This record gives sequence, structure tokens and C-alpha cells, in this order.
Amino acid sequence: MSTIEVKNLSVDFQTPKQTISAVKNVSFKVEAGEIFGIVGLSGAGKSTLVRTLNLLQQPTEGQILIDGKEITGLKGAELRKVRQKIGMIFQHFNLIENRTIFQNIEFSLKASGYPKEKRQERIDELLSLVDLRDKKDAYPNNLSGGQKQRVGIARALANNPEILLCDEATSALDVETTEEILKILEKINREMGLTIIFITHELEVAKRLFHRMAVMENGLIVELGNTFDIFANPQKEITRKLVGRFFNLAIPEEMTPTLANGKLLELRYQGGHTLDPLISEVSKTYDVFISIIHGKIEYIRNDMIGILLVYVTGSESQLEQAVQKLEQNVYSLRDLRQ
Amino acid sequence: MEETIEILQQYLLSSLVDTFYMVSVATVIGVLFGTIIGLGLFLTNHEYFYKQPLINQISGFIVNAIRSLPFLILLVVLLVPITWLIKDPYTPTGGAIALSIAAIPFYARIAEGAFSEVNAGVIEAAVAAGGNTALIVKDVLIPESLPALIRGVVLTIISLLGYSAMVGTIGAGGIGDLAIQFGYNRYETGVLIAVIVILVIIVQLIQWAGDRLANHFVK
Ligand SMILES: Nc1ncnc2c1ncn2[C@@H]1O[C@H](COP(=O)(O)OP(=O)(O)O)[C@@H](O)[C@H]1O
Ligand SMILES: [Mg+2]
Repeated sequence: MSTIEVKNLSVDFQTPKQTISAVKNVSFKVEAGEIFGIVGLSGAGKSTLVRTLNLLQQPTEGQILIDGKEITGLKGAELRKVRQKIGMIFQHFNLIENRTIFQNIEFSLKASGYPKEKRQERIDELLSLVDLRDKKDAYPNNLSGGQKQRVGIARALANNPEILLCDEATSALDVETTEEILKILEKINREMGLTIIFITHELEVAKRLFHRMAVMENGLIVELGNTFDIFANPQKEITRKLVGRFFNLAIPEEMTPTLANGKLLELRYQGGHTLDPLISEVSKTYDVFISIIHGKIEYIRNDMIGILLVYVTGSESQLEQAVQKLEQNVYSLRDLRQ
Repeated sequence: MEETIEILQQYLLSSLVDTFYMVSVATVIGVLFGTIIGLGLFLTNHEYFYKQPLINQISGFIVNAIRSLPFLILLVVLLVPITWLIKDPYTPTGGAIALSIAAIPFYARIAEGAFSEVNAGVIEAAVAAGGNTALIVKDVLIPESLPALIRGVVLTIISLLGYSAMVGTIGAGGIGDLAIQFGYNRYETGVLIAVIVILVIIVQLIQWAGDRLANHFVK
């Protein structure tokens, strides 16, 4: 079980024309045994950030500490030792194409100087873990995407790492295969206590897997918190946009003119409950009319979150009080016209 | 016609042997040293390995300089240095040395290109796994670039066959020499045609065998 901490980390790229600041003064700490996610749009700096964690990318400034020990600045054999204890899996799997599955995994064992006579047994063990024993002598090109990623996982786990870095590890996979990979990751997190850092632009994966998550934009971490909180009550513009798009509650353009007079509100509430009593109470107590436009319930890890789009009309003072009453009884309320 | 057959009977086999000797020596030396230099060029240009812009640029310049010389001119330039090594440069061994010098930078660029074509992600994964450079070269770089390296050997052999004809013009022997001595200087068109046919067949065979071998290593 390992913690990983990033302090004031920055990465600049010098290009002939300009300096690109891909990561800007980022700090966070991932607890031992945690599944920590980083989400953001493409180009936000996620890959650059995760690649500094095993020093594939040298930071321009800042520190990386694993179990409190600084790894920034390590070189040669010492750096390779640290890398052997940090597994990594990739969007495009990155397997050696002209080598068998067995040889691909064996590479990691050779890297760490694992005794030759014990490799066979270890590789069988790893392949059983990802349920691919029969593919030992196959070549990567004869495997499906999901199978390739499972080989990637087996290879990453070969040297019993304490940390696993995942860069868009499910982004090239379809929904079902993604689920299969996420199950394996959850299992190794649970059973081996692996600390997992997972980068993705897919919120579908985030809500399913992450314990905590950070949101990245333009090289900065703009928001960090429990996955449920981020989904239930996003604070920053970019987070709202990402989460909103994920819940897919956009109102068709044609409908907006018909909703011109009142307030258009988005409510997020505890999904296990129903908002019916609250809504009838509000419409009775205040002189307002509430119509429900859209609603759904989503699982965020083990909790449920409900989202409701309502259209409220009434006199201004009554409206204001009604909104207040609603706001007091939900996770978050947002006026979609603001 | 009779004369043609007589000439061929007398000289063809030994010419072929000379050509074979020169081209194979040059191929072996060219591929061996070319691979090493190509690997050096690749590694000194790569952030994960031994990035050394100065060394890389200097060696790249030398390689390019030799490559930019037309072979005939390189041959003339090399005549004197070759006499330091062997008594008579106008022999198959002299030709083999000249061809080797040309083959090394030729193959070095091919090898560098083949290594550069290896998927950067695969190399990244190998570095992330904590492998050292020697292991990554042996278990990632070479297997992933092997088909391209083999195709490069074919290209080198075929080019060297062409160059070997020029070596013939300075009297170092070989099948090119045969064509020029008899076909050109003595108007023996039959000899010329025979040499052309043989060369075409040899090149086709090498290409065919090389492609098969290369494809064998594509998995
Ligand atoms: N090696 C590099 N050289 C120059 N710019 C780079 C390099 N790697 C990444 N960048 C730039 O840094 C920014 C962040 O990229 P990246 O970390 O790949 O984002 P993400 O993974 O979130 O899509 C982008 O603007 C990208 O163009
Ligand atoms: Mg990325």
C-alpha cells in the first residue's frame, strides 16, 4: 500500500515557437489503496501529469513523493527500481507486437531480474488473474482490444507494484469491454490494495470507478473531491459542463421559447428518494406552478443521484421563496438561465 | 554465338564468384557496423536513452557525407587508403573493401529509420516497466524492427550488386566487369544479354527470399 503525493508540480514544453505550460503548479495526494481519477477535456494536461508520476516526463518544477520519499531527481538503476514498482497501462495497450503474450509479460520480469526458473509460474499466475491462460503463446494482433488490455494489466502487475497508473486505459474499448476491465481493476484494488491513478475523459468511467477525483483544465486542477460530490454538486464551470453533458439533460432548442416566462431549474437530489412530496408541498405552500420536464437517476459508485429539470412559474416573490425552499432540500439547485 | 558461349564458359563462373564474394563481404560488414551506427544514431536522439544532440549531429553528418558521394567517386577516393591495407586495390578484395565502406552508412540510415518506426508507445511501456537500455534494445527494438531491418538488407544487397559493376570498371572483377570487358569493349552483345538476364534473376530471387523472411517475423 503506497501513497503518492504531488507538490507544486509544473511541466513546460519548449517548442521552437513558444513555451507550453502543460501542467501548472499542481498539488494533490492520493491515499494508499485509493482509486483516484483525473478527468478533463483532451489537451488539459492529464497525460503529461500522469507521465511525471513515474518520471517518463521530467517535471520542470515540483516534487513527487511515494510513501513520503521523493523520487524526482532519481536516475539510472534507482529510477528503474522505482518504475518496476509502479505499473502502467495505456489507451492503445502498447504491447510488443512481434512477441508472444508470454514474452510480453516476461519483459517486465526480466527488467526486474526475476529468476528465470520462476518466471513460467509467475506468468501463469498473472494470466490466470486476467483470465487469459490459454492465450500464452498467441501474438497481440490475434487478441481483441479487451484481451490486449488484460495482457497490459498482467504485464503491469508482474513485479507486484504498489501503484498502478492508467492513461485512458478504457478509452479505446466498447462499453462492455470497459466494464470488464473496470471489474478487474476494482478487484486488484480490493484484493491487493493497489493504489490506482486513472486518467480519462469519460465520466461514465469516473462515476463507476473513482473514489475521489480531480478535474483538470488548462494544466490546472480546478476541482478535487469525492466522486459523488463532484457529480452531485459541481462547483466550477468546466465541471458543470462535463457533468451536465454526462447526465445529458440538455433541453431541445425548440422548447426554450415555450419556457420563457418562468424559471428553468436543475435539481440534484438523493436518488433513493422521490421529489414528489417536496414538489407538491412547494406548489401548495407558494403560489407557483411546477412542471417536470426531464428526470433521471444515475448510480455514482454505490450511491444514487437523481436529477430533475423543472419549470416553475408564478409571481416573482412567490418564485423566489419557492426556489429557496427547493434549494434547502436538494444537493444542488441550478438556474439554467444564469 | 560460339564465341559468346566460349567466353561465358571461361569467365562466367569466376565472375559470379567474385561478385558473390565482394557483395557478401560488404553486406556482412555493412549490416553489422551499419546496425551499430544506426542504433547509436537512434539512441543519441531519444529522450529515454542517451540523448546527445552534439554527438548525434556529428555522426549524422559523417554518415550523410559518405552517403552523398556517388559511389564511383568514393571508389576513386578510397583507392589510396586501400593500398595501405592490401597491396593491389584492383582485386576483388579491394572491391569488397570499397563496397563495405559504402554499405556501412547506407545501412546505418536504414537501421536508424527502422528503429525510429517502432511504435513510441511500446518503447514507453518498456521504459515504464523499468527495463534498462540493453534489454529494451534486445527485447523490444530489435524484434519490432526486424522485418524492416531485413527489407533493408535486401535493399542493401541489391544496391551493392549495382555498385559492384562499377568496381568492375576499375578491374576488380565480378560480373559487371565481365559485361564491360566483353559486352562493351568487345561488342559481345550475347555476353551483355547473359549478364543482364543473370542479374535480373538474382535480384528477383533475393527480393523474393527477403520478403518471405521479413514476413516471417511479422506477427
Ligand atoms: N512532448 C510535448 N511537446 C510539446 N507539447 C506537448 C508535449 N506533450 C504534450 N504537449 C502539450 O501539452 C498539453 C497537454 O497535453 P496532454 O497532457 O497530452 O493532455 P491530455 O492527456 O489531457 O489530453 C497539450 O497542449 C499538448 O499539445
Ligand atoms: Mg491524454
